[in-house]
Amino acid sequence: MRILTLAGRRLAASIPTLILILIGVFLLLQFAPGDTVDAMMAQMGGGDAATARELRKFYGLDLSIPAQLGNYLWRLVRLDLGFSSIYGKPVASVILERLPPTILLMTASLSFAFFFGLVFGVIAARGVNRWPDTLISTLGLIFYATPSFWFGLMAIVVFSVYLQWLPPGGFEDIGAVRTGIWRVLDIASHLVLPTLTLGLIFLAIYLRIMRASMLEVLNLDYVRTARAKGLDETRVVTRHVLRNALLPMVTLIGLQAGTMLGGSVVVESVFSLPGLGRLAYESVVQRDLNTLLGIVFVSALLVITVNFVVDLIYARLDPRITAEG
Amino acid sequence: MDAVKRYFRSPAAIAGLILLLIVIAMAISAGWLYPRDPLALAGRPLVWPFSNPRFLLGTDNSGRDIAAQIFYGARISLLIGGVATAIAILIGILVGAFAGYYGGWVDNVLMRITEAFQTLPNFVLLLVLVAVFGSTLTTVTIAVGVVSWPAPARLTRAEFLSLRNREFVQAGRTLGMKNIQLIFGEILPNALPPVIVYASVVMAVAILLESALAFLRLSDPNVASWGNLIGLGRDVLRVQWYVSAIPGIAILVTVLAVSLVGQGLNDALNPRLKGR
Repeated sequence: MRILTLAGRRLAASIPTLILILIGVFLLLQFAPGDTVDAMMAQMGGGDAATARELRKFYGLDLSIPAQLGNYLWRLVRLDLGFSSIYGKPVASVILERLPPTILLMTASLSFAFFFGLVFGVIAARGVNRWPDTLISTLGLIFYATPSFWFGLMAIVVFSVYLQWLPPGGFEDIGAVRTGIWRVLDIASHLVLPTLTLGLIFLAIYLRIMRASMLEVLNLDYVRTARAKGLDETRVVTRHVLRNALLPMVTLIGLQAGTMLGGSVVVESVFSLPGLGRLAYESVVQRDLNTLLGIVFVSALLVITVNFVVDLIYARLDPRITAEG
Repeated sequence: MDAVKRYFRSPAAIAGLILLLIVIAMAISAGWLYPRDPLALAGRPLVWPFSNPRFLLGTDNSGRDIAAQIFYGARISLLIGGVATAIAILIGILVGAFAGYYGGWVDNVLMRITEAFQTLPNFVLLLVLVAVFGSTLTTVTIAVGVVSWPAPARLTRAEFLSLRNREFVQAGRTLGMKNIQLIFGEILPNALPPVIVYASVVMAVAILLESALAFLRLSDPNVASWGNLIGLGRDVLRVQWYVSAIPGIAILVTVLAVSLVGQGLNDALNPRLKGR
């Protein structure tokens, strides 16, 4: 229960941040050339000034900027993100449609990066400064420097064009109607390359942090005690070292949540996945500012949620945090 | 001098420095080796690399010399990476220094703003900035700098927090030095080394951010940049994959070089942390 109170307090503290972001981006978008009505007029194939004036009045765009901002925030409280003139439906439903692929992609990449980062980090730390460590650390540096979109394109060339093992893009095969387990497998096969692509840079970061934190913990006194009482090395690592060495890794998930969401913009564009990131890109290209603002709101919300969950896991891993509270 | 000696003891740091010098040499020699406009038509489109001695790395979809674009692209990447990093570090130092030195409500307000920037995914903010201010070389560079400052700000703040009550600062205060003098004249020089080392991380990320933006065709289309070329090569990916592959390697090598130099500097300046 204490954990929940503590994490809840952190959650409440992030509300001002969220409002700050919304006000900032809202004011920023006032500088954008053209507004929603301009975009709508362009869609309709032009129109006269009277129609534009009427539309502006209808959407409340003729009010002063503070009044518009007030309206917007009040609508947000009721979870109304406005209307997308490009997609012809409420922004909230456009975003909800696009959310599942992104969440699936982020969860898969995070699990991939976390698991292999942990394994490789442990292997590297166990053989510090010997060849496995050198090899893993070098690979980590190279992965870190690889532009994700480029890796994605090269993966398409190798696995989709030459080997033809995996589909080059899309979320599922629209040609065939699949149900149940076959649909799941189909979506999974479409997500393999995007997951690898998005996860690669995080794998590099996680393995570096895991290696460093393992080295740090391995030198602590209680590990020497564990060894001295005759535990074999595997048990020392899995039962004693790992739990403490994991703490920085968990912190990193929270810190990297935003970066990962940003990375999925690029990866979704490479693999034409119909997700939130691709929607962000499309709304920039199509000047759909209402949708863009909605995406800003939802992605900030996502990052805050991830950090909330990280707080919970953190408290579970390290009881000292709740004790100090 | 000790730090320099320590730097050159690490093979990885030397390799990074050599790679970085090669990229810089490419950027400098671009105008001399390829005096023509790199975005001008040069020959038949889609010539494979090493098949025609006139175009060592081949030509792209519209018959422009890939090698020339790689050389000129080095200029763009280093320029955007360097200037954006300078902007980010400058904002970061100012915000972090004031927040860490004054504490209290100044710290509270500045850290709230920093938190807001960190909560919003930086690439999404970059998209918003480009959507609002357009995508010329200048706006893209400033935008990349503006989304990258929170981490250096936090780092500077942490340094200031640990330094602001040291004896040498108290001595300065007793001597009647003003706050601004103390911040920039006394504390900052001591807080600077880790921030400068961190600049290499900022620069690596800045280069990657710009190339991703260019790949999405949201950066300046009128300059020869590596990201632009990768985006262009995407249209002919199935057969002429080399159009995308070559500039990607250039980005990889540059980012790798910057990270290696940064790590080398870090190990040289903080010898106790070496091997971590």
